[in-house]
Amino acid sequence: METVVIDATGIPTKELNERLRAFMLNGAERFVLKNICGQRYIGTRLFSKNGTKRKLDIDITGTPGSDLGAFMSGHHVRVHGNVQDGVGNTMDDGEIIVEGRAGDVLGMSMRGGKIFIRDNTGYRTALHMKEYLDKKPVLVIGGTSQDFLGEYMAGGIVIILGLGDKPHTQTFIGTGMHGGVIYIRGKVDKLQVAGQVEISEPKVEDREVLDKFVGEFVDHFPDLGLSKEGILKGEFIRLAPKSKRPYAKIYA
Amino acid sequence: MLKKRRELYNKEICSCSIFGAMNREGERFKGKNVVEAIANMHVRGNGLGGGFAAYGIYPKYDDYYAFHIMFTGRSWEDKKCAKEEFDAFLGCNFDVVQDEEIPHCDEASVSDPPLVWRYFVTPNKNGEEANLSDEDYIVSKVMHVNTKIENAYVFSSGKNMGVFKGVGFPEDVADYFMLHDTYQAYIWTAHGRFPTNTQAWWGGAHPFSLLDCTVVHNGEISSYGTNRWYLEMYGYACTLQTDTEVIAYAVDLLMRRQHLPIELVAKIFSPPIWNSIDRMNAKERKLLSTLRMVYGPLLMNGPFTIIIGHNDSMIGLTDRIRLRPLTAATRGDMLYLSSEEAAIRLISPELDRVWTPNGGEPVVGQLNSKRVVRDEVIPVS
Amino acid sequence: MKSFLFPEFQVIRDQERCNQCRGCERQCSFGTHIFDEKTGEMVSEEAKCAGCQRCVIFCPNDALVIKPTLSSYRPNANWSREKLEDLKRQAETGGVILTGCGTDKPFRIYWDHIVLNASQVTNPSIDPLREPMELRTFLGSKPDFLKVKTDGDVELDTQIGPNVVIESPILFSAMSYGAISYNAFKSLATASKQFGTLFNTGEGGLPRELRAEFGGNAIVQVASGRYGIDAEYLNCAAAVEIKVGQGAKPGIGGHLPGEKVSQSVAETRMIPVGTDAISPAPHHDIYSIEDLSMLIHALKEATNYEKPVSVKIAAVHNFAAIASGIVRAGADIIAIDGLRGGTGAAPKVIRDNVGIPIELAISALDRRLKNEGIRNRCSIVSAGGFRSSSDIIKAIALGADAVYIGTAALIAMGCTLCQKCNTGKCNWGLCTQDPRLSGRLNTEIATHRLTNLLNAWSHEIMEMLGGMGINAIESLRGNRDHLRGIGLYEWELEVLGIKGAGE
Repeated sequence: METVVIDATGIPTKELNERLRAFMLNGAERFVLKNICGQRYIGTRLFSKNGTKRKLDIDITGTPGSDLGAFMSGHHVRVHGNVQDGVGNTMDDGEIIVEGRAGDVLGMSMRGGKIFIRDNTGYRTALHMKEYLDKKPVLVIGGTSQDFLGEYMAGGIVIILGLGDKPHTQTFIGTGMHGGVIYIRGKVDKLQVAGQVEISEPKVEDREVLDKFVGEFVDHFPDLGLSKEGILKGEFIRLAPKSKRPYAKIYA
Repeated sequence: MLKKRRELYNKEICSCSIFGAMNREGERFKGKNVVEAIANMHVRGNGLGGGFAAYGIYPKYDDYYAFHIMFTGRSWEDKKCAKEEFDAFLGCNFDVVQDEEIPHCDEASVSDPPLVWRYFVTPNKNGEEANLSDEDYIVSKVMHVNTKIENAYVFSSGKNMGVFKGVGFPEDVADYFMLHDTYQAYIWTAHGRFPTNTQAWWGGAHPFSLLDCTVVHNGEISSYGTNRWYLEMYGYACTLQTDTEVIAYAVDLLMRRQHLPIELVAKIFSPPIWNSIDRMNAKERKLLSTLRMVYGPLLMNGPFTIIIGHNDSMIGLTDRIRLRPLTAATRGDMLYLSSEEAAIRLISPELDRVWTPNGGEPVVGQLNSKRVVRDEVIPVS
Repeated sequence: MKSFLFPEFQVIRDQERCNQCRGCERQCSFGTHIFDEKTGEMVSEEAKCAGCQRCVIFCPNDALVIKPTLSSYRPNANWSREKLEDLKRQAETGGVILTGCGTDKPFRIYWDHIVLNASQVTNPSIDPLREPMELRTFLGSKPDFLKVKTDGDVELDTQIGPNVVIESPILFSAMSYGAISYNAFKSLATASKQFGTLFNTGEGGLPRELRAEFGGNAIVQVASGRYGIDAEYLNCAAAVEIKVGQGAKPGIGGHLPGEKVSQSVAETRMIPVGTDAISPAPHHDIYSIEDLSMLIHALKEATNYEKPVSVKIAAVHNFAAIASGIVRAGADIIAIDGLRGGTGAAPKVIRDNVGIPIELAISALDRRLKNEGIRNRCSIVSAGGFRSSSDIIKAIALGADAVYIGTAALIAMGCTLCQKCNTGKCNWGLCTQDPRLSGRLNTEIATHRLTNLLNAWSHEIMEMLGGMGINAIESLRGNRDHLRGIGLYEWELEVLGIKGAGE
């Protein structure tokens, strides 16, 4: 399998993504991008109508710019470093693994695929994430997030592991949530969670989900030196919407 | 010209990129890196404005106020007239120690530059004004120039610091004023602009400044009309047609004139919501409720990230629900603030700590102190 | 003498639907409907009908239609029917024509010519259901700046004058017990307590049995008749209001006809039963601004400086200058009442001809106070015909801190604006002291209607605020940039201080 190596120093966003696309159309399946610094929409321009659903493998060193993997369908991206805002924006399928932290609106309107963030994320994580039948996006965060986690969430699975020193202090969790589920490992006060959300203990089906994705998280970040069992021993809570129509009563 | 209709100002809207770098031990450094960092965020602007503030750049004249003035107008005649009128005014009210055109490079790609001049002055107070403090005197004179002398705008008026700004991408403005190598400062802030009103003008670029306070701002203030009337009651004339101006004046009012610490000023601009105030202990509840009651008209509503510079500090602050991004980072003595992390990594690939502050929580870099925020929360890198 | 006036309303009864249940006869206090024993049918004396629609709504078979009479004079643009008939009435009686409610004349309604902003692209609109949206308002005087002590912890060093907190910028306007029934009065008190706002006692006093429970939500009025004022009345309240004028009848006093002064009203007002309760036109101890200052401070002394003192004036020609003087005299809140304000009884000619619309008044006052640098020293509460949440939000953008609703509150409880309040025969149990009528108003249901109204309007205000990209009401106050005028003259735009749409 041919690996394409690109030193992205000084290459603007559009040109970089053009090059990636050209290589893809020529049959490349593996990319190593070095010295990435602020280039946006990496992974977005890699949809080919007549190509087969080839999954590309993209390895990034540096700090990608906003909207990494936006509208992405099916590729695998690994970043050695932090990422910025809009990661996985309306992502349809694929996988993004980040050895660091993410910014705001992570996984916004995500519809499929998986994202693993080793450290913390910012505001409005998983905003309006969606699912349909068995197409369910998954988001696993090793640290914690900031306010408005899961705002308008309509589907999908979000797992916050709270592995760092920072406690869960975010507020407005699940405001407007009407689908999907959020699992949080650690302490969260009722007042941090919106009124439409029900807090409960994970059941057997939930434990299976946690087992699967925490396992994948641990495999993706071996340097953390953590074990799946160790993480699963912690106390998890389950957050889900009380109703599919949280605002039915306020209109006359 | 229409008569009394007070609210008939045309507010320009600023979406953009901002950057700040400070050496907390006061060691000065050249502008080159900061220019690269803001240039990295090129796509956030549209070339209609860029600017920089730098602190510590005039050590030879550090005891004098450094006025940066632009003389605008269509023709050379207009600019000359404005300068003559200004010089006369200046002579009556100040002692001028040195004055010269700000060095610049004509080959830079900026549009239609005005005549930009700097003066090093001390106040020469007469009559009733002898009772004013130097700073109040300067503020009143600056307001006078900006409202009464046509085509003359004072856009920087602090000691041992200066603002350089204009119409063009920030890297072009940096080229024009030769910022890469000419000056050394211990605080640099920078701004790249994306105004949605196409009639950009040199005075409208950021930073906005009054005395040694400079503000660069990303966002739009929906409470502008309210903030503006409140400040006008205290003698500030909001003439420069952008909402960033009110932030600079509000900082001047609250921090310089009313001596409020930045932690309280942050709670005035970006107060916590009532639900959380109601759950605090009695003392905090009383303090925060009173701040909101008294300073409600200075609540800055709408998305914003601002970097405020003073001679001894650099402060980053976002709106109360963090609608605009801000990444903070430290490396040794350096503190960085940026709209995007990539810009910081470009000039400092290794960082000690990187985090995004919560909405309404200030990040404060203080000269000769490693303190960054009052209530430090240890992030997971 | 024989009256030359024909009935205002006609009663159309569908005899097939009517099953002679005599419900309409029981409902109508004006005696319009009678059961004719001889014919076994209901008959109606149309001259007595007030057009209040009570019988229509309560007829179990929907057999009744009441509408303005079809009979009319030859059309005459100068002599309208109303002008003609009022004149005839005066020829018949020699009296001043009294009426109730707010003016019904077609003065320009500026609310309908002002449009609001919404944020797009450059500033996100905010979703009030999912993100914080704050309407909490403080009424009272604010200092220009705060002094703080910062050794270690930050502490306040400045003492703030008394302020009252309301959860939404909507208050219930002054409607006295006497003008309205006990049940209506109590419903307003209960609703304001449940919701977290304030009601105004009007000049009729606050019945003793209500003071402990509702005093904390009451603004008690000190009007020219000084009815019902004792030390406990003043001290149980949230705020004290000096009523100088009222929008529906600027310049004249109040008049509660003797038939409305029942035992309980008399007790609360501390006057004999059945006497007319007359409030003089001016306060006879306020003949100049310095006298007002003296009264304001007297009240502050009487309440130990613990409550904000409000002064309510009608919006008339020079009122901005007067209001500025009132602020400097020490008032913490200024309430201005515009041309379209309601009343229980007023001479029609005053109601329809004196005063200015509240929209112009708010703007003029707000800007005047800002120009003088004293806007912080008082809160502005505006009143006078607010019909919807959009009127309210526009008032705030023009410069008001909060609004009083009077007519709107009564409509929520059932009022249909038949303008017969001064007769004391309100079929809805609102503006009457007749226990047979006031008993019809169930306080629980009426309270529920009022809180529904406050909730619905507050929610709509939040939606509009969010649309403008604002999440705290203090950021809209006086922020005229979010308003534009449509179909207004240049001078109107100037007085309002707003641009025209498209500018």
